[in-house]
Amino acid sequence: MPRPRAAVAVLAVLVAAGCTTDKPAATTPSAAPAASAQGSGTGAQSKFFVQADFDAQLGMRSQTPEGPANKPWEQAIAPKMIDTAQYKKDGPYHLCFSNAAVNNPWRQVGWKTMQAEVSLHEEIGKFTALDAEGKDDKQISDIAELQAKGCDALIVSPNTTATLTPAVAAACGKVPVIVFDRGVETDCPVTFIKPIGGYAFGADAAEFLAEKVPEGGKVLALRILPGVDVLETRWSAAKVVFDRSRLQVVGVEFTDGDAARTKSIVSDYIQRHGTIDGVWMDAGATAVAAVEAFEDAGLRVPPINGEDQQDFLQKWKDAGLTAVAPTYPTYQWRTPVIAALKILKGEEVPGTWNLPQPKVTSETLPAYLKPNMPPLHYALCGCEDLPGFPESWGGKKG
Amino acid sequence: MDLLTRAGRAARQARGGPASHAHDPARVVFLALFGLVAAGWALVAIDGGQFLTMESVVGIQQRSAALGIVAIGQTLAILAGSLDLSVAYLISLASLVAAEIMAGQDGNIGPAIAAVLVISALVGLFNGLVITRLQVHAFIATLGAALIIKGVVDHLYDGPAGKVPESFQLLGYSRVGPIPVSAMLWAGVAVVAWFLLSRTRLGHRIYAVGGDEEVARLSGIRTPRVIVITHVLCSVCAGIAGLLLAARLGAGAPTVGTDGGYDLESIAAVVLGGTALAGGRGGVAGTVGGVLLLAVLDTIFNQLEINSFVKDVVRGAVIVVAVAVYARRGTRRTA
Amino acid sequence: MRRALPILAVLVVLLAAIAIANPFILEPAGFLAFLKRAAPLVVLAAGQYFVVVSGEFDLSVGSLVTAEVVIAARLIDGDESATWPVLALLIVAGLLAGLVNGVLTTKLRVPSFIVTLGMLLVLSGAVFLWTGGAPRGALSEGFREFGRGGLGPVPWSVLILLVTGAAAIWLMRADFGRTLMATGDNERAAALSGVRVDRVKIFAFMLSGLSAAVAAILLGGFAGVSAQAGQGLEFSAITAVVLGGVVLGGGRGSVLAAMAGAVTLEALFTLLNLYGISGALEFTVQGVIIIAAVAAGAIRLPRKPTPRRGDAHAAS
Repeated sequence: MPRPRAAVAVLAVLVAAGCTTDKPAATTPSAAPAASAQGSGTGAQSKFFVQADFDAQLGMRSQTPEGPANKPWEQAIAPKMIDTAQYKKDGPYHLCFSNAAVNNPWRQVGWKTMQAEVSLHEEIGKFTALDAEGKDDKQISDIAELQAKGCDALIVSPNTTATLTPAVAAACGKVPVIVFDRGVETDCPVTFIKPIGGYAFGADAAEFLAEKVPEGGKVLALRILPGVDVLETRWSAAKVVFDRSRLQVVGVEFTDGDAARTKSIVSDYIQRHGTIDGVWMDAGATAVAAVEAFEDAGLRVPPINGEDQQDFLQKWKDAGLTAVAPTYPTYQWRTPVIAALKILKGEEVPGTWNLPQPKVTSETLPAYLKPNMPPLHYALCGCEDLPGFPESWGGKKG
Repeated sequence: MDLLTRAGRAARQARGGPASHAHDPARVVFLALFGLVAAGWALVAIDGGQFLTMESVVGIQQRSAALGIVAIGQTLAILAGSLDLSVAYLISLASLVAAEIMAGQDGNIGPAIAAVLVISALVGLFNGLVITRLQVHAFIATLGAALIIKGVVDHLYDGPAGKVPESFQLLGYSRVGPIPVSAMLWAGVAVVAWFLLSRTRLGHRIYAVGGDEEVARLSGIRTPRVIVITHVLCSVCAGIAGLLLAARLGAGAPTVGTDGGYDLESIAAVVLGGTALAGGRGGVAGTVGGVLLLAVLDTIFNQLEINSFVKDVVRGAVIVVAVAVYARRGTRRTA
Repeated sequence: MRRALPILAVLVVLLAAIAIANPFILEPAGFLAFLKRAAPLVVLAAGQYFVVVSGEFDLSVGSLVTAEVVIAARLIDGDESATWPVLALLIVAGLLAGLVNGVLTTKLRVPSFIVTLGMLLVLSGAVFLWTGGAPRGALSEGFREFGRGGLGPVPWSVLILLVTGAAAIWLMRADFGRTLMATGDNERAAALSGVRVDRVKIFAFMLSGLSAAVAAILLGGFAGVSAQAGQGLEFSAITAVVLGGVVLGGGRGSVLAAMAGAVTLEALFTLLNLYGISGALEFTVQGVIIIAAVAAGAIRLPRKPTPRRGDAHAAS
């Protein structure tokens, strides 16, 4: 089939003829990941592991963020402010948002929160959002399409880091861009908003187990799937902690985020090892299924970590678990809207906006457990003061 | 139906040329397409927007090019009475092979394209041989192939890999006026497939085999060979789509094929275009219309910012209704 | 029974291989735990069998399972007294989805591959449209009991599995089974000999919908509310059925073998897990085994061309 080669030839002619291209000129190469160490039962270190980022994130956990005390979504840890006077213009503003997907409960809660945040601001005349449905290719088209809609600022939540970089870089030339959740491999966006990050999440959970599980105890690590940057960082940090501890990691398994599979895997391990003394999870969605596997086997539930999802917090309280819940707060969906307005008003914003990333402990559990919210709601939505709460998030009044 | 009428039908299909099987449903789908564009224009205008802006026209084409190319290949397989569920994973594999071999160097573009085409042709050959020699139903054979490729890809890669040089990325981004190069590539593939189906002996044989394999065999066609060839061509189309997506993404991605849902979506586009899933009836023109219909639908949803759950419901209903309409027309004429 | 022998032989070999690595499966408790895990897929495979043997496909069962679990959670909302009414409603909803699939396939003459693909899209869109994207509410303890609890040492799901299996075998021995088989083998001949083909097929689809409802009750009970409870189950169910030697395109295969195929598939997953085949390569092994199993079955059968209308069938 000579077709693509012919196409390349045609392409060459077209390029020579000076045709239009929507592609940006250059992209910055990614930083090379480094470091690998062997540990007991934890396998080789992830190729996503970057020591400097790891150290920075673990350091950030103990720093006090700047900003209004009861509004963590407006706080920033060690911000380096940048000037945005060049973007200043008069309202009303047209904000645009290219969303990677709304295909899981975390993104659902976040998306509701962002919409509610938008409704707070009268100066936002129009808010246009496109959902890429988890497809890189569609998000590339979406970003191109949004640039034609006369947006004053563009918010992007990238579906994947590497592949969305060119599209974001192209948009930077035309409008101020705000990126949040996952990053991109270019520093052209005005600000990049994220909680502290995956290393802090993974380390929070692993340190809790190292403290609560007796020496030599058997720990089972459950991961959703390999290869996702934001999840790889969580596991690689936990690995570092476990390698330093006296714990024995008896298995690292992938659950696909499926509750039935999680429960089966945990049951298998209980069968094979008689008992498991601790469970580490890279995400909380299936934590309740893991807890139930112990209950159904008639065993005491060992120390475990979940996330700030309602069903886990409820189980924690009802069953009196020894647990901790690191978070990846959904309140970060409020910040991009606030940042966009600051930028358009010419106020300074942090270049990298590191939001605080609290963990739920047995002391703070009562504060985060809200009755009448749906089982897959995320407690750290920062949405309690927003219009439409709790009905818009699926909860009930009273 | 006795053997004689079946023989007669197969013979008609084998000799009839494109007019007898390709035209009619294709006309319906293009009429529907124009209707949809009009409706979309009106809806978006009421909403206070502009429907056919330069960006949305380019967007429709960019969005449909990859699916369009896969669907052309799928048309060939379905016309021959088969189908291919392995295209989505093959697309991912192709994008990775392309980006890894290119490794950011202009000089490697040629070898990368060649490697992708060879690998996809081999996958097609495997599918075709399993179906014809081992007599495994196409559904299972290609599902099995899909699992095999998925396993290999997931084992070797856990994220985007490789790098596509700037010059090759132009394939995914450049355009001449309102027409992107990717759409030209799609048009090129469509024209080749159209020519193959309507102007060559192979094309007539594909219709004959899909119309009634037994009769085709009795009339001297080597049916296994025809089925194998359609699968090779189908997989090569998927490989080309993988190249295009690699150019769009600037890298290979292990999930690009499945995220796009290219397996079921390409089959949906083919039947939306009036090609019978049982084979033997339909053509490339209808498929092009079917893909454009889905893309315009997407664009309208995008413009009106309708959430993706409504999209799924509407898409599901449109596909079933369209095929029901074709089935109705078909029975009325033969009855 | 005779037709189920090859797959039962494969199953015994797999179970033996599992037992070598994990003798626990030979104990009653271990074997029951294994069956409990296999139960939802076996029930689904039984339902899918009726559709496949009639010459059709049902791709909608996976999203039907998810939809049913999500619907149950929202309607029950943690209220014990709602358990039984909702269970009844789920059964009705499953039958109804099957009825729609069947009527569209037979009366509108749309290939079942397309009808059920459309149903898949509509169900997964509609249910999340209704709940606002993510599951709401909670299942009651009573509902969970079917997937978690048991009668003494025997899990409820194993009992439900046995009842389903017995009912399916009985159905295939009854008049319905004969007409279903005849329809799948040669629809036109069956119609000419007085079989109400459409009615038979619609009933087959309703059985598939019913099996999805039962599987949803078991899965929801076992693992709780999840937005992906039924993900990929349609392909697993079809794979299980053909592993059991049932021929796509219809007319051949036994329901016992189809259910044994599902148990075999589950045993295969367990085995691959036990022997620590890298998570990803598991799929490759699975793909090879499926093709090999079906090829082995196809080659032993004589080539027998049967004219039918309907779905994509390649080399028959």
